[in-house]
Amino acid sequence: MSTPLPRTYVRPVSTWWWVRKRSYFVFVMRELSSIFVAWLVVYLLLLVRAVGRGGAAYQDFLDWAASPGMLVLNLVALGFVVLHTVTWFALTPQAMALRAGGRVVPPALVVASQYVGLAVVSAFVYWLVTR
Amino acid sequence: MTTRTVTGRRVEPLVWLMFSGGGVVAAVLLPSLALLFAFALPLGWVSADHAQLAAVLGHPLTALVLLGSFVLMLVHSAHRFRYTLYDGLQLKMKGTIAGVCYGAALIGSLAAVWILFTV
Repeated sequence: MSTPLPRTYVRPVSTWWWVRKRSYFVFVMRELSSIFVAWLVVYLLLLVRAVGRGGAAYQDFLDWAASPGMLVLNLVALGFVVLHTVTWFALTPQAMALRAGGRVVPPALVVASQYVGLAVVSAFVYWLVTR
Repeated sequence: MTTRTVTGRRVEPLVWLMFSGGGVVAAVLLPSLALLFAFALPLGWVSADHAQLAAVLGHPLTALVLLGSFVLMLVHSAHRFRYTLYDGLQLKMKGTIAGVCYGAALIGSLAAVWILFTV
């Protein structure tokens, strides 16, 4: 398979193009949150598996999770997830313009209502796990 | 062949839809789950005994909600990482990258089915 050469000159872009500007850096960090979202899903699946294996396996999992290495990894992961949440909420009004009564809902209201949603879901999860 | 179908036009809108759904789930549900299960419980800030957790996880509704959430978040993650490799690192081999990313999400999803419904 040979692709035809482009007729115009394409200026090569450095692999490190995103470190030069703050907005580019935040963009790449936001994109890298995907790795930590996937890691946390794996982590939660391991937790579910441990719970399924009984009380001793569950305690072993908690001990493993409390080890320094795991805490550091999960702290980094939590940081990336928070970055994801903040940037995702901020982008929603730009991705879709909500209309109510023929008017566009103010973006700030859309963003704020998502934080209310986050609070409600978090409170429910907390209640479900610790009641 | 697999990569053709993955990057093909018919599947693309569905993947974008799942990317968005997974993005919402990760934004709304993941912070509290991470805080609780990666810090609060292991460090003893709050306590939840094994029987309580097993009862919650044993409920079919919990398993279904978690399965949906996990699958969406895995597809979200795979989709975003795919474009990170394209744009961030400017890797070529687009078909291979898409296959590996979505393949990993598929394996994770199958593992989720297995784990969530055998608890």
